Amino acid sequence: MPEATSVTPDGLSREDARNAAREYRSRRWRAFLFVVPLLAFIGFSFVAPIASMLYRGVYNPTVASLVPETLEKLPSWQGEERPSDEILSTFALDLKRLANDRTSGQLAEEVNRALPGSSSVIKSSARKLRRVDDSELANNGAAILIDANAKWAEPEIWQALKKTGQVYTAGYYLTALDLENDPDGGIQRRETQIYVKLYGKTLRMALIITILTVILGYPLAYFMANSSSGTANLLMVFVLLPFWTSLLVRTTAWIALLQTNGVVNSTLLALGLTDAPLEMLYTQFSTIIAMTHILLPFMILPLYSVMRGIDPSYMRAAMSMGSPPIPAFLRIYLPMSLPGLSAGALLVFIISVGYYITPALVGGTDGQMISNIIAFHMQQSNNWELAAALGSLLLFLILALYWLYDRFVGAGNIKLG
Amino acid sequence: MRKFPEYFTFWHIAGHYSLRFSAYLVLVFLMLPILVIVPLSFNAEPFFTFTEGMLSLDPDAFSLRWYQAIAQDQKWTLAIWNSFVVGIAAAILATGLGTLAAVGLASPWMPFKRLITALLLSPMIVPLIIIAAGMFFFYTSFNLVSTYPGLIIAHAALGVPFVIITVTATLTGFDRSLFSAGLSLGASPTKVFFDVVIPIIRPGVISGGLFAFVTSFDEVVLVLFLAGPEQRTIPRQMFSGLREQINPTILAVATLLVLLSIALLATLELLRRRSERLRGTSD
Repeated sequence: MPEATSVTPDGLSREDARNAAREYRSRRWRAFLFVVPLLAFIGFSFVAPIASMLYRGVYNPTVASLVPETLEKLPSWQGEERPSDEILSTFALDLKRLANDRTSGQLAEEVNRALPGSSSVIKSSARKLRRVDDSELANNGAAILIDANAKWAEPEIWQALKKTGQVYTAGYYLTALDLENDPDGGIQRRETQIYVKLYGKTLRMALIITILTVILGYPLAYFMANSSSGTANLLMVFVLLPFWTSLLVRTTAWIALLQTNGVVNSTLLALGLTDAPLEMLYTQFSTIIAMTHILLPFMILPLYSVMRGIDPSYMRAAMSMGSPPIPAFLRIYLPMSLPGLSAGALLVFIISVGYYITPALVGGTDGQMISNIIAFHMQQSNNWELAAALGSLLLFLILALYWLYDRFVGAGNIKLG
Repeated sequence: MRKFPEYFTFWHIAGHYSLRFSAYLVLVFLMLPILVIVPLSFNAEPFFTFTEGMLSLDPDAFSLRWYQAIAQDQKWTLAIWNSFVVGIAAAILATGLGTLAAVGLASPWMPFKRLITALLLSPMIVPLIIIAAGMFFFYTSFNLVSTYPGLIIAHAALGVPFVIITVTATLTGFDRSLFSAGLSLGASPTKVFFDVVIPIIRPGVISGGLFAFVTSFDEVVLVLFLAGPEQRTIPRQMFSGLREQINPTILAVATLLVLLSIALLATLELLRRRSERLRGTSD
């Protein structure tokens, strides 16, 4: 590059400009270096686990690793009648090997998810094949397999096997949305809607909890913001103490209060307000009450910090000029407190959508939320792929809400206490 | 009777008192559950409700048996030990890495500041059940499930956002010329960091550490998925107690935890005042 002038448009000499750029880069690097250790740590301990969960929802190598020989030959099968004798014999050999390795149960569990009832077919056939000689299976496997269970002569179980044998599948995400593949390769709604309904219920409960925290939190925050700072600090202790008390302690307290012969029922009975104890625990009602209590400080704290900054003379001016209290409040105060209100409401909503512990302990069957079904698929039904797909959908929902929060409130503006 | 401005009508006054009344009602709602379990933990009977004797303040109706039960039950003593070990280790890890990162993020030269801040704060927003599911799949392949290190790094990740927030708060308003002053007087950058920067941000660092400790101490979802029987913590033990055999030992533990949270709250308040004094933002 020819050197036209020795001065840049900024009036710096080239050398100065180069030095300035180098200095700028090195400062950026130095600042970045401070963050590197934490980024590496969070990357391993937090980001990678979540990324691997998203992946697990579409990636399922279990069946493919159990019966590799069979799956290699299955693509040649058209799918209308039962596969050829050759494929059946290959599968019989695969299944015998699984039976001897004691892994035929895994195959049964996986295929059963695609075709309920096939678990017993696979397990009983595996038991019978164990005693059969390898060479006999290679020559006459098809007949032996069909003899072990007549279902092997029908195409359905083979379709299920082919479906679960796919290493990459959108099937779990479809299930999580109550959709399924129809035989023509399109997508259709499932007959029983479970998960979409549960997402709907979770969002509805989160909305109710958010509205309740607004109704309870707004007057208290307003009262505290308009008290002398001594009173406000004292009242703040009563907000922060529950906030800092263990979640399990607060849930325990609600169990003690709401159970059949708990404190609330004995009080109601003693006052003669009810003849028989009310069934309040293990319902949607108890979940909503306990969660409202637990999340209320998350509403009060941002509201209070915004309201503290609102000059009370605006309200006084409006009222001294003859405005009744409610119109003055609606037109003057409410709009000014909106930033705190939206911050608190979004925070409470985001937290309650993904809540697990309180519904698990006080929710019964009626108060279960989407998190509880994810835990169920993780721990009891061992359907990790479906758990991962359900969790990923929940995560996308939360990230969308977090994005809203960041846009309107700013993620860096979260304050504690 | 307090004095109201002259322009106040009946409705203004009624509004004033109903506001005050509803505010106190909400405070009762906030405090009542905690206040109820404290006396119940001294119940001589194995119930979750007040007996006649307790209501008439009969001394025989109260006892310390549930507190003794904690000390005698090996499950509880192990849980208490585990909670402190995991909590302290996770807090140290989160505070060390988090403080360093917060100092970097406070620099005006920091690249991708917004993106990195959002990423580092995200463990606070992502639902615990999703974190637990992801960690369970991922940590299994590193043999970290049912081990102390696995639980500690999981809890440290949860504590990081709190450290970032508190330390960043003490760093806003931090006079960067103090750093240059130290350098111009011949100190090395490391020496300036430890002798000048750290003392000023120390209240933020300590309260960040306390937040991280409490986060770990109170956490149960990750423990449910990642801990084996050897790593059971207090909340985990309470969780199974509430699910399996409800007895007032849980209330005694709960009362002890309330005392602990009062102590923590007082410490945080003192630190906040100290930090304001150091930064000259109060008075």
